[in-house]
Amino acid sequence: MKPTIVKREPVVDDALDHCATKLTPEQIEKVVNEVIDKETGGRLWTYVNTCIHCGLCAEACQWYLSNDRDVSYAPVTKVKDTIWVMLEKKGKVDAAFIKRCSEIAHTECNVCRRCGMYCPFGIDIAYMMMVVRRICAKLEMVPLYLQDTVHSHAATMNQMWVKPDEWIDTLQWQEEEGQGYVPSARLPLEKEGAEVMYSVIGPEPKFLAQLLGNITAIMKVANIDWTMPATAGWDNSNMAMYSGDFEVMARVERLHYETAQRLKVKKIVMGECGHAFRGAEYDGPTWMGWMRPPIPLIHAISFYYDLIISGRIKIAKKAEGPITVQDPCNVIRNAGLGKKLRYIMNAVCENFVDVTPNDRHNYCCNAGGGVINVGPPWKKKRVQGNRIKAEQFKRTGAHTIVTPCHNCHSGIEDIVNTYKLGMHVKFFSEILIEAMEIPEDLQP
Amino acid sequence: MYEFVSGPLVWIAFIIFIGGSLYRIYYMLSNSKKETVVFPHMSLEHSLASLVHWVIPFNNQYMRKRPIFTIVSFAFHICLVFTPIFLLAHVILLDESWNISWWSLPEGVADWMTIIVIAGCIFFLYRRLTDPVVKNVTDGSDYLLLAITALPFITGFIAYHQLFAYKTILIVHILAGEIMLIAIPFTRLSHMLFFVFTRAYFGSEQGHVKHSKDW
Ligand code: SF4
Ligand code: SF4
Repeated sequence: MKPTIVKREPVVDDALDHCATKLTPEQIEKVVNEVIDKETGGRLWTYVNTCIHCGLCAEACQWYLSNDRDVSYAPVTKVKDTIWVMLEKKGKVDAAFIKRCSEIAHTECNVCRRCGMYCPFGIDIAYMMMVVRRICAKLEMVPLYLQDTVHSHAATMNQMWVKPDEWIDTLQWQEEEGQGYVPSARLPLEKEGAEVMYSVIGPEPKFLAQLLGNITAIMKVANIDWTMPATAGWDNSNMAMYSGDFEVMARVERLHYETAQRLKVKKIVMGECGHAFRGAEYDGPTWMGWMRPPIPLIHAISFYYDLIISGRIKIAKKAEGPITVQDPCNVIRNAGLGKKLRYIMNAVCENFVDVTPNDRHNYCCNAGGGVINVGPPWKKKRVQGNRIKAEQFKRTGAHTIVTPCHNCHSGIEDIVNTYKLGMHVKFFSEILIEAMEIPEDLQP
Repeated sequence: MYEFVSGPLVWIAFIIFIGGSLYRIYYMLSNSKKETVVFPHMSLEHSLASLVHWVIPFNNQYMRKRPIFTIVSFAFHICLVFTPIFLLAHVILLDESWNISWWSLPEGVADWMTIIVIAGCIFFLYRRLTDPVVKNVTDGSDYLLLAITALPFITGFIAYHQLFAYKTILIVHILAGEIMLIAIPFTRLSHMLFFVFTRAYFGSEQGHVKHSKDW
């Protein structure tokens, strides 16, 4: 098979560039074969032996579509240029090859699983890209910024090096912000036996603290018995899952659930994030052999759906003008919350304009799967790789895009700015807080 | 020669085909047991749902988006599987040697079905040569598989119409069929065996575990 022609602008990534110089052929061979022999089984073997090289999966991938159908971005090409070669050469590949593998798996695939849905056999290419990431991680070939978040997880058990006092300070500050909407609102820390533990991702206290104020007010209006942990274990995000460092991934997930168990809550409600849901609901539990979360995990979309449909939150004033939505892959295609998302969007928006394709067929934001976390060196490629997303939003004519996922939020903001769409990007809670009715006895 | 290819070799081919297929499926299943996720994720309901959406033409969004490919590919696969099984000449052969027989296709229909298979092979060959994505992932084995698939039908067509060298073509035809049977379990023609399993797994994972759909 002829090598794929790959045209890319060179990108300097200090970790990949540096670590590649240290790899030895023996080490590569050992790790590749170890992962393939010990950590994969029937799936990889069957996928490789079933793929009929038909290329039908190409149409699924936003990278391929946005780069003028550049073959090197097609899903099957990503497998050809990584796993096929490793299997064929039985791990006898060089450092430059492994570097390219990391670029493909970490920076050019969002493991969004859209292509699996477009392959007649249901071959899960995203899974194979995760195997590639695993091999790269074991060879310490992970892009610099992504690896930094993994170090942060390992050292602090949160993604953003948030220190314990900063965490508590932020919560207290945001409790006050929430009281701006509802004076009697509280953000209860460490309340044992509460109904709900609310958990968020690391970047929330760091960059988007206002979301914590919003939830403080929303919880009061909905009259939910809730709490947040004052200790590590509050962060539900998991970049180690995406780097391929599954040992750290498991530590993060375990602590998250152990914290909920320590607080003796009935369920965990999590903020608007897709990958965090995936890690906590699926990748973490399956890796640890639990298969399912030990405590029910409710994504914000389901939570708001329940609050609105049960009337615990009433809508006083719907948001005006055309508003559209980004379906986060990890909670829509890969968790089936598409209908609920549309219900809550219609509930709070006067004029909700849907995207096409939508729901589980929606295109990935291109930031997911850890791709935004590989950092600034790779940003240009990432944004160029999702032109069709910009076109998709443009067609809606909306003034605001709601993104119930942190990765989507940041990724879509980059797209809006680069393609000059002039749209606002908001979380659902930001719309809800303005639209919901605050009962008279709770009003300032 | 004719006696050999139409006698013992048929037996050998069928034994390898059936034995090999069973072995490959066994190998796949036992390897899947090594994984934490495969069996715990399986669900009959979602496996069937996935299969229903992918074995009925135009029953999923993707097929509706690619009408030409869908029509060609369905016509090709249906004819590929049913023509040899229900061909009158094959049924008669079976009747003569084992005294069992079943319904057979009218000869004219079978002839057209053969042409459809050959045309399908040409279509797939054309895609391999022209579609950049497909071309990029094509190697010798893909052409070989196409040839293995096309040959029994091309020779069958020639033999049926007795276009030339009937006896020789007939021998080549039988040999080609036997090669195809033997190749199914040991090449990527095994997608015929694995299709049900890969779909069932993806359907189960999407439906049962992730509460979504895969069509
Ligand atoms: S980005 Fe999504 S569609 Fe593209 S190859 Fe990766 S998983 Fe498949
Ligand atoms: S659609 Fe499926 S079978 Fe076809 S090339 Fe892609 S992964 Fe392989």
